[in-house]
Amino acid sequence: MAEAKLAERPVAAAGAEVLTVNDLQAWYGESHILHGINFNVRAGEVVTLLGRNGAGKTTTLKSIMGVIGKRSGSIRFDNKEIIRATSDRIARLGIAFCPEERGIFSSLDVRENLLLPPVVRPGGLPLDQIFTLFPNLKERLTSQGTKLSGGEQQMLAIARILRTGARFLMLDEPTEGLAPVIIQQIGHTIARLKSQGFTILLVEQNFRFASTVADRYYIVEHGKVIDGFANSELSANMDKLHTYLGV
Amino acid sequence: MQALYAQLLVGLINGSFYALLSLGLAVIFGMLNIINFAHGALYMMGAFVAYFLLNLGGINYWWALIIAPVVVGIFGMILERTMLQWLAGLDHLYGLLLTFGIALIVQGVFQNYFGSSGLPYSIPDQLKGGVNLGFMFLPIYRGWVVVFSLVVCLATWFLIEKTQLGAYLRAATENPTLVRAFGINVPRMITLTYGLGVGLAALAGVLSAPINQVRPLMGADLIIVVFAVVVIGGMGSIMGSIITGFALGVIEGLTKYFYPEASNTVVFVLMVVVLLVKPTGLTGRAA
Repeated sequence: MAEAKLAERPVAAAGAEVLTVNDLQAWYGESHILHGINFNVRAGEVVTLLGRNGAGKTTTLKSIMGVIGKRSGSIRFDNKEIIRATSDRIARLGIAFCPEERGIFSSLDVRENLLLPPVVRPGGLPLDQIFTLFPNLKERLTSQGTKLSGGEQQMLAIARILRTGARFLMLDEPTEGLAPVIIQQIGHTIARLKSQGFTILLVEQNFRFASTVADRYYIVEHGKVIDGFANSELSANMDKLHTYLGV
Repeated sequence: MQALYAQLLVGLINGSFYALLSLGLAVIFGMLNIINFAHGALYMMGAFVAYFLLNLGGINYWWALIIAPVVVGIFGMILERTMLQWLAGLDHLYGLLLTFGIALIVQGVFQNYFGSSGLPYSIPDQLKGGVNLGFMFLPIYRGWVVVFSLVVCLATWFLIEKTQLGAYLRAATENPTLVRAFGINVPRMITLTYGLGVGLAALAGVLSAPINQVRPLMGADLIIVVFAVVVIGGMGSIMGSIITGFALGVIEGLTKYFYPEASNTVVFVLMVVVLLVKPTGLTGRAA
């Protein structure tokens, strides 16, 4: 009950709830990773899951995407229960995922990588807008996908899910291992996407980066959401945050 | 000299079958991670479907070229849905054993009803006869088999390497989980891929019917060589399996001319050499 209240407390954006996660549990084989995750995301928000390594942030995203074999609880997206749905169906409902390892295909060139995810509904970004956001990609279209630099691969991984018409994006540590100037570019991109009405669920270790883009935060620890607050409450929560993240 | 050209032609014909079969094996291995030992039996089924169509339904060779791959492809897709799909994620050995068992059963059933001798299947009228090329006499049907196989192989290569569907296939070979998370029904794609690979085998069976007759064990004899071809070429590559298929057919043919005693073993000698020097095959990626 306390956790349910927690999920409702921080209200930043005025949009309707698009994602509601209740008592989400998930397993990798025999190991129980998520022990009851509760949170929500409203339309047009950027929500960030923070937490230490191994806390269960990535597993939460993967569970929402339906790629974790064993999961229970409730995940409602656009008022549809998706806890039992297969990942291809979840994608077709309008959720797009950018995985931590980026998932650029080496047997595909950049253009093929970019055009790979099928359009699931109208309203995706046209290619020329994508190239405005990521001009580097335009010059590398015929390169093998994995020949790109780490930063370019990250941009490609984000770019390809913008075409599909999915309005709910899940980005798993998009800044990991990247140079500051590229992190800045990704920050601008996220801000721009938000202004275009995309809803973004972000997983980050880099709190400094997250604080430049997020509306709200949830803290994940040992497979549970243990706290949450809005960006406006950030300074008041700084001490707690340091304890949670151990920074 | 005549004899050399004749052997070269035989080599090209055999190479056509090697290429069509090893291409299907490569596609199936890429997507399903299964070493499809049933491939020879399905090739044989293709020839038998053509035989049945002609003798029971009066349906000619040209229709058989289309119908047999579809029928056998559907049979293959049923196999995949009911049996092979449960082996996903297991060691290669399980798929190999299961498909080997399927091959034995299918061949056993056909042998039970048709014995071991060959059933005749005549060359379609339009492809009868031959042309004198000056340096050799070319039976039209044999020329047709080489050209048609080459076209089918290249079309398959184009489908996989140059189209959006092929991009899905290549991507799903690398990371099926992510491709599915983009909204593509990967299990259905896997089934269709198996159908495609098996259909290519059946097509080779139809092509071979007028040349080699229709026999229950026609695939069992061929598949051993084809697996050697696949090992030499490497499992991962589409173009690699096409080129290796044709090249090894030709090498076999040349051996038949220059040193006939070795013609049945030359492919296996090459296989041993390749395995010693480059275990992933000439064009293959590490498994």
